[in-house]
Parts: sequence; structure tokens; C-alpha cells
Amino acid sequence: MAIDLTITAPDVTTAAVAGRAARHRFVFLRNGKAITGVAILGFFAIIAIIGQFIAPYDPDTLGPDIMQPPSAAHWLGTTNLGQDILSQLLIGTRGVMIVGFAAGIIATILAIIIGVSAGYAGGVVDEVLSAVSNIFLVIPALPLIIIITGQLPGGGEVVISLVIAVTGWAWGSRILRAQTLSLRKRDFVEASRANGESIFRIIGFEILPNLTAIIVSSFIGTVTFAILSQITLAFIGVTSISEWNWGTILFWAQSNQALARGAWWWFVPAGLCIALLGMSLALINFGIDEFINPRLRSTGQNAKAMRRRGIVARIGFTPVVRKR
Amino acid sequence: MRFLARRFIFYVITAWAAITINFFIPRAMEGNPVDALLARYQGQVSPDAIRALTVLFGLDKNQSLWDQYVQYWQLLFSGNLGLSFTFFPTPVATVVQQSLPWTLGLVGLSTVISFFVGTLIGTAIGWKRGTWADGLLPVATFFSAVPYFWLGLLAIMLFSLTLKLLPAAQGYDPGLIPNLDFIFIGSVIQHGILPALTIVLSSIAGWMLGMRNMMVTVTSEDYVSVAQAKGLSERRIMFGYAARNAILPQISGFALSLGFIVSGTLVMEMVFSYPGIGFVLYQAVSAKDYPLMQGVFLVITLSVLVANIIADLVYTLLDPRTRQEG
Amino acid sequence: MSTVLPTPATVKTGEPVLQIRNLVVDYGYGDDPTHVLREVSLTLNKGEVLGLAGESGCGMSTLAYAASRLLPPPGIITGGEVLFTRRDGSVVDILKLSDKELRAARWNDIAIVFQGAMNSLNPVYRVSKQLTDVIATHRPALSRRELDDRAAELLELVGISPDRLRSFPHQLSGGMRQRVMIAMALALEPQVLIMDEPTTALDVVMQRQIVEQITDLRERLGFAVIFITHDVSLLIEVADRIAIMYAGEIVESATASEVYRMPRHPYSDGLLGSFPPLHGPRRELGGIPGSPPDLAKPIDGCPYADRCPFAFDRCRVENPALKQTVFADLEPERLVACHLHDLPLAKVPVQLTRRPA
Ligand SMILES: Nc1ncnc2c1ncn2[C@@H]1O[C@H](COP(=O)(O)OP(=O)(O)OP(=O)(O)O)[C@@H](O)[C@H]1O
Ligand SMILES: [Mg+2]
Repeated sequence: MAIDLTITAPDVTTAAVAGRAARHRFVFLRNGKAITGVAILGFFAIIAIIGQFIAPYDPDTLGPDIMQPPSAAHWLGTTNLGQDILSQLLIGTRGVMIVGFAAGIIATILAIIIGVSAGYAGGVVDEVLSAVSNIFLVIPALPLIIIITGQLPGGGEVVISLVIAVTGWAWGSRILRAQTLSLRKRDFVEASRANGESIFRIIGFEILPNLTAIIVSSFIGTVTFAILSQITLAFIGVTSISEWNWGTILFWAQSNQALARGAWWWFVPAGLCIALLGMSLALINFGIDEFINPRLRSTGQNAKAMRRRGIVARIGFTPVVRKR
Repeated sequence: MRFLARRFIFYVITAWAAITINFFIPRAMEGNPVDALLARYQGQVSPDAIRALTVLFGLDKNQSLWDQYVQYWQLLFSGNLGLSFTFFPTPVATVVQQSLPWTLGLVGLSTVISFFVGTLIGTAIGWKRGTWADGLLPVATFFSAVPYFWLGLLAIMLFSLTLKLLPAAQGYDPGLIPNLDFIFIGSVIQHGILPALTIVLSSIAGWMLGMRNMMVTVTSEDYVSVAQAKGLSERRIMFGYAARNAILPQISGFALSLGFIVSGTLVMEMVFSYPGIGFVLYQAVSAKDYPLMQGVFLVITLSVLVANIIADLVYTLLDPRTRQEG
Repeated sequence: MSTVLPTPATVKTGEPVLQIRNLVVDYGYGDDPTHVLREVSLTLNKGEVLGLAGESGCGMSTLAYAASRLLPPPGIITGGEVLFTRRDGSVVDILKLSDKELRAARWNDIAIVFQGAMNSLNPVYRVSKQLTDVIATHRPALSRRELDDRAAELLELVGISPDRLRSFPHQLSGGMRQRVMIAMALALEPQVLIMDEPTTALDVVMQRQIVEQITDLRERLGFAVIFITHDVSLLIEVADRIAIMYAGEIVESATASEVYRMPRHPYSDGLLGSFPPLHGPRRELGGIPGSPPDLAKPIDGCPYADRCPFAFDRCRVENPALKQTVFADLEPERLVACHLHDLPLAKVPVQLTRRPA
């Protein structure tokens, strides 16, 4: 499971840059990492939509070719019951994306409500809300999700999204609270307050626009968390094993000893898809991080020019490169 | 010390919250699965055990919620977590007691190793920013996105099934009797290497990236420039000035992410059939053994809390600002 | 503690200790860098206080850090030399030193009190450790006892009680932190002390105390100082000579009283006009309208032309060189970069041609 430490709360200097975010909201998309991330994510989003139309077989239908390695007929091979793994993968993409994004959206809304209120209200409200979100952060989410879903009847996508959202909002809330707190002390917010503008106006027009980058970043982080949780739950068989997603594929592979039988094609593609999707989300978040905190920007864009001019950027020793 | 006192109060509240959540979850559900279990094991369950399960799962609908809650606490304080149906008729507490040391050994050790090694590598690539070291970043990103358990599957395929180097499952050779001799300990180590390596490999990337970003942020602080201007040795600036400060947020991050990490490593135990608490949870889930699931959740949460307290103590030792007297 | 403290060098002024020649500094490694310093030359003599003044963003800090190669990325030095005269009389180019030599020379030769000294102390170490680690690095022969004694002595030098050695930076007030930085800068008895706005964050009383302390220490220990500030009136009190910077260039340099009483560059004149006079009748304060040019864009002609009330055609096409004026024999120290002084005296605005007394 990814430990997303990269969203450490940005410090005050960086927030000044975030303040400009309102104007150049999508500037971060010029960042190479973010572009790669968005491209991969877009690819999976398209698969989620068209997957069921381009899947060559029905994922449940049993076929005569049992445990076949990849071939022309079955690009990613078959299961022990002769089901086509590529079709399972294509059709399972939708479940992954729906749960990931549904849980991400619900959790982010919760995070905004709780985090922004805590940061804006301060005082006792802040103490209580912060304590609640810290409690949710500290309690290990997966066992909690397991005992909740385990005792819920059904275990369909909607229920899973809800449970994941309820256990996964705390991280975003913490970051949003810290940022709101620092925004609240800024001149422009103080000024609106002095002008007697309503709280909703201040939050809606002064604070939220300045939080955009961080909200997106925490949304992406939550989606990652949700996808990994859902797949893990499916893999250990807590959720419905009849709804296809990448975790279900891995569940069937594991329970039919795919490993011992050497059927690598059964579980490698699903895992690679998870890793790729997770990586795309991480890349988008790196892009946002570098956008919020310019210090993180890799000197990579200049790498070519630096090599050409023989510059070695080092801390504490300014390069001396004389023009010829 | 105020900082520690505040944290301590927070942990007490968190423990209370976790226990209370545990109390309410089965009561919030419609229909009670434990009733069904009891029906199945009718006649085999002792009256004492039935009473405990009644308290734990709120089977007696005639009692007031408050009475149930009080009794629930009394039960917990007597160390009674009910009866496991998977390991019938072993009490949950015993099952947990037997499996917890395995988890602490495997997960605890590999998490700490991963944290230290990852932080060290992150320190280096953050310091050497803009050199070849940046090439590690995409690799690290990939590994940080891979689910732990899938990496475990790959490791088993590669190292046990194909290369036949290390055992794929269990905590020790099943032919051995657990005692403290060299053969047994050797077997434990041999069985632990693969899961431990997998945990390290999948969690290390997060620490690397986190520390790298903190290093990059810290190296532009004034006090690092001052250290350079003072002409201190590179090692001293890198570790004593930059990393020494960059590690502080890393440690609070460690505390906060423990929940995530532990979740991931539990699944790892499932993949390796490691006799730890994660595997017990897996068995409980498969057998719909609710008392065991709830007991495991409680114990895991409390262990994470203890780990958090340790992380906080370390933080207090490292950051003088939290120790401000008066 | 005579082991560390040699008797103050007999201050001989007029002998250069630090000569910056044609220093060029860019920000950005790519093909389109910002030219922040353009051929800056500056000489610091032994034992003197050289004031560096200008508006914010004119490159004063950049000059100071580039001279010691401490400029953070993406700063890069693309030309010039920085000659330092050692105590033994040998002259080295700091820009040509190897890393090892540079490390050894740092703080020994040139010490810096950074702009914003608030964050200059490592928050996790005690004051004593931060004072002694630098001494221990450069004077490995000293014992623990000697190091501790020296640290206590340094704190006393700047008027802080030695019990403060056991404090962490967050336990000190802003003024104390500033003084600790000054004490630290003096730890190795450097020949040159660069102070980048050492008093900006402090209240007026504290400013005064610190400035007096620096002047006093300079007299006792005999180091030379580059004192960077926006506050020209402060400079006139402490500095022997003043250099005025504008948009990455030095536009005027002369002795403090010359600059104060008869500025020759329109920018110096404007800058002085924005501070209340120390003595004499009050006059109306006039800031300079407009703001310094964006260094990221190429500048044609004199960078000040757009804001200069006296600019004429030549100013917009040709950047004036720093050179002596017609008053050269009366004020040999003065250099000015302004085309006005090439004009016949009668055509130069009167406020720029006040006669030396
Ligand atoms: N990383 C950077 N990239 C591009 N330009 C930079 C960078 N850092 C500084 N500059 C520019 O260099 C110029 C000089 O900066 P410097 O810090 O030397 O100013 P200063 O004269 O010390 O001002 P202040 O009095 O505000 O400290 C400024 O115009 C600034 O915009
Ligand atoms: Mg400056």
C-alpha cells in the first residue's frame, strides 16, 4: 500500500504560491510528471468506459482452453475454468475506477467539510474535529473496513465506497485544516472578515479557491487509498467475489493456486495494472506538490543544458562556469 | 512535557474510541451473525462463553445500551475477548496472544528497517539532487504504487517456486517443535526473510520519497546555508543540519502512516501464510468468525497506538521545541 | 584565551582585502537565465566598513553570497574574479579554489551574518554546539574545555550572558539570535565580515545597540565589514565607504560623507531623498516613483533611465560605465555610472554637482 508522505502539509511560503493558483489553476499540467500521470489515468478511464465493448469474451463464460498461457486467441491466457483473463481485466477496470472515484469524492467532501471548519472555526471546534480526524488516522483502516464490511450484508460497490470513504477522509482533512488555518490569518481573509462578509462567502470565495491544489492533491491521495483498499478487500475475499475487478481476479488466482501451478499470466497483469494506475495517481500528485512547493521542482528540466555547460548543481558551492 | 501529556491524553481517547467503535459495530448491523454461529455450535459452547459473546455482540436485546457498555468494559478488563470459532474452542485472547509475537517480529522489524534504510537513501538523493540519483525517483514511485501483497506473490513465484531459494509459506518448518534451539531459530529466520524483504521493498519507496522531499525543502533553509558558510564538513552538514531537521516530519509521518503500513503488512502475512495476526484475521474473515475479527481489530489498533507513543517519544527526544520547559 | 585570539591586527586602511572584479551572476541554468549581477566590481579595504545600499531586489545579497560561492541553486557565476588577500599577504581567487580549500577558507577568511538571521540557527542544536562546531572544525587542536571557554567568551563579547549557551534557538529572542549569529561570525576572527541586513527585523533600540556593538567590535578586532542594508541613513553613521547598487550594478561608490552630502548619481540622490536627514532642516520625503526593472528581461542602456528625471537619449541606448567624474582630483575615491557627468558641467542638474568642501 502506498504511503503517501509526499503530501506533507506545505509550509507558509509555499502557500503564497498556492494563492496564485486561482489564476493559473491548471498550470501544473505543464509539469511532465503530471502529464504522464494524467495520460495513464485517462487511458484507464477510457478502458473503464469501453472495456465491456472491446472485451473479446464474456469474463464468466467457461471455455475449453484451461490454464492456457497467453496466445493469439487469449492474449493474457485463461483461468483454470477457461475464462479469458484479458476480458476479466478489461471489464474489471470499471469496478476499480468507480469505487476509487466514488470513495475519493465522498471522502474529499467529508475532508473539506471537517478540515475547513476546523481550520476556520478554531478553538474548541478545532480541537474536537482535529482529535476526531487524528483518531481516524491512527486506527488502522483495513482491519476496520474488514470488520465493517464483514458484518454488512452484500458488500457491493456502493457499500464498499461508503465504508472506504468513512475510514479514509482523515488524511485530507488534516492537510486542509492546516492550510485553512494559515489562510485565515492572511490579509485578504482578514479584510473580508472585517468587512463583515458572511462566513459562507469568505469560505466559498476566498478560502476554497486557494485550497484548490491541495484539495485535488488530497482527492488523488484518497483515490489511491480507496483503490488499494478495494483491491485488497477483494483479494482476501471480504467483498463480493462475483463483481469483477482486479482484486477479484487476484482472489481467484490465489484460491486456485495459480502461483504453484506457474500461471503467472493469471496474476501479473492485474498487479501491473494496479501499479500503473497507482503510479499515475502518484505522478499527478508529484506534479501538484511541485506546483505548490516550487523548491521540490527537480532541476531535471535543465539537465540537458547543465550537462552541456558542465554545471554540477551542488548545495553550498555555486558553480562557476565561464563563458568562452 | 506538555506536548507529551497532550499526546498521551489523545492516545487514551483514541483507544477509547476504537473500543467503542468495536462495541457499536455489531450492534449497528441488522441481524446478528453470531446468533447463527452459536446455533451451529449448539451444545459445545460453555455457558460462560455464551455470556461473554452475548456481552460482546449485544445478543441480549432486553438490556439497556448503557448496561451492555459497562459489561463490555468489564469483560475487556478481564482480558476476555470471547471465543474463536475458527480455532474452536480456543478463546480469542489466546489465539491473539500466540500470533502477536510473530507479527511484532516480522512487521515490526521490517518496518523499522524499511524506515531507516529508506530515510537514509532519501537523505542521499535529496542531498544529491539534480544528479543521477534522481533516476531512482521513477523506480521508487512505481514501487510505492504496487500493492504489498502482489509484490509478495511475485517474490514467492521468483524466489521459492522458480529459484527454490526460500520457503514460500509458514513461519517455520512444520516438522519442528517450537523451542529456542538453533535449528528452530534458523528455520524462523529462513522463513522470515522473504516476507520481510517484500515488506521492506514495498514500503521503502514511501520513506525514500518523503525524506527526499523533506531534504530538498530543508536544504534551502538558512541554517543549512550558514552551515555551508561555516565550512563544516559535508557529512556534518548533510546529517547534522539537513537530515537532522528533515527527519522530524518524517517521524510524525511515520506515526501517522503506521495504520496504513500495518494494514498492508497484514495482507502480506496472508499471502505468506505467516502465523501472525494478519493471517489469523484472514482465517477469521474466511470462516466469518466475528469474535476473532473484532478481537484482532482491537489488538492491532492498540499495538499501533503503542507504536505511535514510541514514535512520539522519539520525536520529543529529537525536537527540543516540544520539550520547552514552562 | 590568547590561544585563539591573536592581538588585533594593526589596521591599515587603503590596502585591499577583498577585490571583486567584473563579477557576473545569473539565475537559471537554462538558455534564458536572469542576469542578476552584470560585471560588478567592488573593493573592500582592510579594516573598513563598506556599506552596500539599494532598493530591494537590486542584487545586494546576491553579490555577497556570490563572492563566497554560497549562492543557492539556480544561481551560477559566469564570469569575474574574487581576490582575497590572506593575512600572509598572498592573494587567492575564491572562484578558483577547490572545494576542500574553499571549505577550509570559509569562516576563517570571510564570515557572513545572513539576511533574516532569525532562521540562521539550527533549531535542534544548543547555542553552544553551534558556536563550538565551527571552531572545532577549523581548529581541531583545541580541547573541549577551550572550545567551551571560547564560546562563553564570544557570547560575552556581544553582550549575552554565558548561561545562554545551554539554550536552544527557540528560547532566545530575535535580538539575541541576531547577536548569537554575530558572535558566531567572530568565532574565528575573520578578516572580512559580511552582514546582510543584520538589523532589519529588530526594533529601533535594538538596531542601535547592535550597530554600536559592531562598530565597537570592529575597532577592537580590526576586521573589515560589508554592511548591506536598505537604510542609507544608518549606513552614513557606520560606514566608511558606501556603494549604491541598482538593478545588479554598482551605480556609485564613494566615502560615506561624500555620498551623503553630495550624491552624484540621480539614483543615489533619489534614494537619499527617501530617508529623513540626520541633521539639518527637515525636508519633504520623496520616494523614487516606479520600481527597479525586471532583471529577467534584457535591459538596453542605463537600467535607471526609465525612472530617472534627467534621462536623455544616450541613456536609453548605452549603459554608462563606472568611472570618475570631473571632480576626480577633489574626491579620488568616487566612481559614478552616469552619462550626465560626461556633459558640460553647466548642463548637469545642480543637485548632482555640489562642490566638495
Ligand atoms: N532563484 C531565482 N531566480 C531568478 N531570479 C532570482 C532568484 N533569486 C533571486 N532572483 C532575483 O535576483 C535579484 C536580486 O536578489 P537579491 O536577493 O540579491 O536582492 P537584494 O538586493 O538582496 O534584495 P533584498 O534587499 O530584498 O534582500 C532580484 O531581482 C530577484 O528577483
Ligand atoms: Mg538581500
